[in-house]
Amino acid sequence: MTDIKIKITDRDGVLHEIDAPTDMNMNLMEVVRSYELAPEGTIGICGGMAMCASCQCYVVSDHELPEMGDDEEAMLSEAFNVKDNSRLGCQLHITEDMDGLEVELAPEEV
Amino acid sequence: MIKTDILIIGAGPTGLFAVFEAGLLKLKCHLIDALPQAGGQCSEIYPKKPIYDIPGFPEVLAGELVDNLMEQIKPFQPGFTLGERAETIKKLDDGSFLVTTNKGTEHNAPIVAIAGGLGSFEPRKPLLENISKFEDNGVAYMIKDPEVYRNKKVVIAGGGDSALDWSIFLANIASQVTLVHRRNEFRGALDSVEKVQELKNQGKINLITPAEIISLNGDDTLESVLVRKISNANEEILLEVDDFIPLFGLSPKLGPIGDWGLEIEKNAIKVNTFDYQTNIPGIFAIGDVNTYPGKLKLILCGFHEATLMCQSAFQIIFPDKKYVMKYTTVGGVSGFDGSTKEAPKAVVKAIE
Ligand SMILES: Cc1cc2nc3c(=O)[nH]c(=O)nc-3n(C[C@H](O)[C@H](O)[C@H](O)COP(=O)(O)OP(=O)(O)OC[C@H]3O[C@@H](n4cnc5c(N)ncnc54)[C@H](O)[C@@H]3O)c2cc1C
Ligand code: FES
Repeated sequence: MTDIKIKITDRDGVLHEIDAPTDMNMNLMEVVRSYELAPEGTIGICGGMAMCASCQCYVVSDHELPEMGDDEEAMLSEAFNVKDNSRLGCQLHITEDMDGLEVELAPEEV
Repeated sequence: MIKTDILIIGAGPTGLFAVFEAGLLKLKCHLIDALPQAGGQCSEIYPKKPIYDIPGFPEVLAGELVDNLMEQIKPFQPGFTLGERAETIKKLDDGSFLVTTNKGTEHNAPIVAIAGGLGSFEPRKPLLENISKFEDNGVAYMIKDPEVYRNKKVVIAGGGDSALDWSIFLANIASQVTLVHRRNEFRGALDSVEKVQELKNQGKINLITPAEIISLNGDDTLESVLVRKISNANEEILLEVDDFIPLFGLSPKLGPIGDWGLEIEKNAIKVNTFDYQTNIPGIFAIGDVNTYPGKLKLILCGFHEATLMCQSAFQIIFPDKKYVMKYTTVGGVSGFDGSTKEAPKAVVKAIE
């Protein structure tokens, strides 16, 4: 299997069900960017280095995801609008285990 | 009023290299940047990270690349207006442009090159209800003049290098420094963390972790902040303060340039690929800030765009002069400071 299904609710509340490749070394932030689910310049500002939190999302489904690394935990501790189910999209690499994952993009920090 | 040939908005790698290319054509440049230092994303987001795709540099730290660019453009003596955001633009009767910053500094040039990248870097402001009320009345997101805090009670919030560095610096200036962070761990340079620990042990820094500021109080100016410890007890501490400095990093915003009447697509300025001019003649957009079919946001592409832009700028400023591109190996580099660089000529000696 090379594609999985992911449900992403964008910042306007619109739900998108998309196919995400598992064989392209992509992370969730990059998937959101490739489907243009958030305007350019509002997501992935640090390029995926866990340094900006522009890719924060809330994990709605109960998938078991890889544990947070130190960088992700540190960034989320300084980000705004953080909830218990917050993750940084750029730190979630797309794998087959994520099939059916449901996430919601956190609001853009203004 | 600052007058120049090409006014460059944005001192990132693209804007800096444009100074060099303009200099070869004997055009003077002045740069405006919202950040207090040059270098754009390279300096602000990833100065210590290596870049691997700059031609001729198998590996170069982003900060080093900026230092090299600054060295390379030194002979062309660019002017800088740093720490100010270009806010408005006006076309004057003589066809030149007047660009004014948020601090009121005026710049005049026949050519404007927007090299604004992702936009001007603005502080990430914590979501505290009345924070805007206290801006410049006790709340500041950047420290410009540390002397302002002499003998004051200061609270700093954040867990990165800036929060650590300023806590250390102000420990010897302010009458009291409190550092509040949501975690016990800080993500800054190890020696800064150790220094804060040392200053805490000496009683020079009051460290409250894991904790967060939950409200700001005062009539006209800030008088106190309420800190909540993040623990089971959720203990609350009311701190009397003169100044609150949240240091949660910066985030880029296209900002006022978006209202200059330029054609915008997906948060970027539309340009042609002949010379990267916008829909307004005389205003160019180069580097990450522009868009055209096939655009790639890479440093290399910004350099290329800056080079082509300068050729057209030259023709607009000197419509009657013809310029023929010269290789620097052949023509050398003559700075405005009188310096010259050229390839050494081979010595021809007669053979008897
Ligand atoms: C983490 C990360 C890693 C990267 N790695 C690479 C890499 O390996 N290779 C590569 O080629 N590229 C890389 N990039 C992309 C590269 O950094 C950008 O392409 C490059 O910085 C663009 O340069 P620029 O000069 O066009 O814009 P920027 O570097 O964004 O500079 C723009 C400047 O304009 C200023 N500005 C904007 N608006 C205003 C205004 N109104 N008034 C005053 N100032 C203003 C901003 O403050 C900023 O300093 C990376 C980017 C990031 C974030
Ligand atoms: S893209 Fe910056 S933290 Fe994920």
